[in-house]
Amino acid sequence: MHHTLSVVVENKAGVLSRVAGLFSRRGFNIYSLAVAPTDDERFSRITIVVDVDSSRLEQITKQLFKLVNVVKIRELDPAESVERELMLCTVAAATDVRSQVIQLVQVFEGRIVNVGHDQLTVSLDGTPRKIDDFEDLLRPYGIVEFQRTGRVALPKLDRQAPARLRAVQERVS
Amino acid sequence: MQLTGAQAVIKSLEMEGVEVMFGLPGGAILPLYDPIIDSPIRHVLVRHEQGAGHMAEGYAHATGRPGVALVTSGPGATNIVTPLCDAYMDSIPMVCISGQVPYGVIGTDAFQECDTTGITMSVTKHNWLVSDAQDIPRTVKEAFHIATTGRPGPVLIDVPKDVSTSLMDWYWPETVDLPGYKPTTRGHPKMIREAARLILSSRKPVIYAGGGILRARAAEALRELAELTDIHVVTTLMARGAFPDDHDLCLGMPGMHGNYAAVTSMQKADLLIALGARFDDRVTGQLAGFAPDAKVIHVDIDPAELGKVRRPDVPIVGDCRLVIEELVRAVRSLLDSGVQAPDRSAWGSVVRGWQDSYPFAYEPPADGDGLKPQMVFEHLRDSTPDDTIVVSGVGQHQMWASQYWKFNHPYTWVNSGGLGTMGFAVPAAIGAKVGVPDRPVWAVDGDGCFQMTAQELVTASMERIPIKVAILNNAYLGMVRQWQEMFYDERYSQVYLSPDLPDYVKWAEAMGCVGLRVESPEEIQPAIDKANEIDDCLVVIDFRTDAREKVYPMVSSGASNDDIQVPPFQQRPVH
Repeated sequence: MHHTLSVVVENKAGVLSRVAGLFSRRGFNIYSLAVAPTDDERFSRITIVVDVDSSRLEQITKQLFKLVNVVKIRELDPAESVERELMLCTVAAATDVRSQVIQLVQVFEGRIVNVGHDQLTVSLDGTPRKIDDFEDLLRPYGIVEFQRTGRVALPKLDRQAPARLRAVQERVS
Repeated sequence: MQLTGAQAVIKSLEMEGVEVMFGLPGGAILPLYDPIIDSPIRHVLVRHEQGAGHMAEGYAHATGRPGVALVTSGPGATNIVTPLCDAYMDSIPMVCISGQVPYGVIGTDAFQECDTTGITMSVTKHNWLVSDAQDIPRTVKEAFHIATTGRPGPVLIDVPKDVSTSLMDWYWPETVDLPGYKPTTRGHPKMIREAARLILSSRKPVIYAGGGILRARAAEALRELAELTDIHVVTTLMARGAFPDDHDLCLGMPGMHGNYAAVTSMQKADLLIALGARFDDRVTGQLAGFAPDAKVIHVDIDPAELGKVRRPDVPIVGDCRLVIEELVRAVRSLLDSGVQAPDRSAWGSVVRGWQDSYPFAYEPPADGDGLKPQMVFEHLRDSTPDDTIVVSGVGQHQMWASQYWKFNHPYTWVNSGGLGTMGFAVPAAIGAKVGVPDRPVWAVDGDGCFQMTAQELVTASMERIPIKVAILNNAYLGMVRQWQEMFYDERYSQVYLSPDLPDYVKWAEAMGCVGLRVESPEEIQPAIDKANEIDDCLVVIDFRTDAREKVYPMVSSGASNDDIQVPPFQQRPVH
């Protein structure tokens, strides 16, 4: 089963190497990995997707937390978080099928970001599942190059409005 | 005050209270060696950087203070990777400072350049590549803090040559700011109460004491807990001495070559109280068959150890000493409130039966046979004071030393447990003697181990560090020979060394030591007595031992601890 770990690390040289090295030397596989600075320049967020059972996940999390540069780890349950991924794909699109490809891009609300003589480069962001589906549908046309970013995720927000706000809403209605 | 980066390193070490460092200079570390001349810190010049690392470890083992090693870039740094890994496996506090090529040429394959922080990343608790001399005091402060707190371990600071020659404004930070490093030292009160309840309801409990007891300076607390609850204690290879061997409740070493009573009592226990131990494969044997009926209380300062191998029923993250002290209080308050432990006298007599039936034993040599290695250890043990520090290499001699010595005080046993580093004994003994100069230090070593690092005898002779070395010379890589005999149909492959090549007596003499040779049982005691009389130089004794002798008991690799083999002459039905 896939688990997503959102890991806040100190923004220092070599931190990614420490994280990646830990996974390889403890025999854990990384399924996908995305790294970027957070709004606080002292820290970066590494979003790691791993494919392990829950006891292995506990061990990974504990070992990760031992790294001096790791500040915070949060496991994001797919049901309790929003996940997004970005994909870029160059697909064969000769004139006879080009309109079909364009339609497919429109249905998925993707964008055509580059147009060549008989190829198109399209971008799509969305849930990993949506990108999987899009990839499946593009494949028959001939995928020339394909690149996904790895997923990023944040926890879902509390839908229950605080009491004070609810009172205001009730007055308005 | 302006200092060079190099001066700042040495001054920072002084601020940390370092009294000795072990090292060997070279190109990239040259700037750091200049201020050493003016520093009160003693520097021990080794003959190989591996020696520096093991000396730092031996010093840390014996004193509890972090060992410090100083090496140059490239080969200097790679030579100390083994000791770093050894210290990492055995949780030994150690600070290694390595020289590096100038910052600007890193990545160009410069002379004696290697990716030291990359290479040592997986064998250190943390490491740093310093890019600015201004960062040096803060980095050194962090390094000592990380090495000595939480689960102790080795750290490394890589200092490029231009960083050590550039100027910085001196300061000394009073605190460290490490947002990602906050070890938990206090156990969870609810878990401690739960543990106390479990201890008082168990019928067949065993305390499984590991090296964490020693790292946490928790030997006294352990004794209090054991005596209060009247529970037997096994001390792992890393914990020998953490509980006195002459104590009625001590069962000695568990594991592959452990005491029958220690191994079997764990197997039959209904509760294991694991204190600073990590369920190493050499202790558990086949995991599925290990202590099948036991509930587990597991105390460790490293949260990742809890559930790594065996899922505990009561996990407690915290410093062993603090947790055990709390546990003693919790047990006391339950006892005060009228809770009583079940009658354990039947269990006690079963354990005693195992102890009586299967003590460590060997058959005395027939006339004309060589020495039995066990005899050598018995004589050594009985001819040295109780507080003697015994430092061992790795292999058969290590197991016999652990089995036959009586460790009645903490920090009297120094060895390489997790990594199993042959060649550990001589340099680690030198480091231990530097740290505790007023106590006798015996290195007990195999002939294979001895040859790996014995050049450090020169270091010790030059520096007047009078250790004693007993070589158990059976002319073989003995443990490997034992496995080839037992599991490879006596097909001996590449294990024969030779009893007299090298000539160990001449070797000792060439390195400024007194060399003695013992070939027959009656020569053992006079040689040991002579060695004990010499206190102004090193003594090396070449004990010619019987290569056919095997270490027993033994749990074969991958076998269950239930299938422990006692020596052939002890084999009889268990009562």
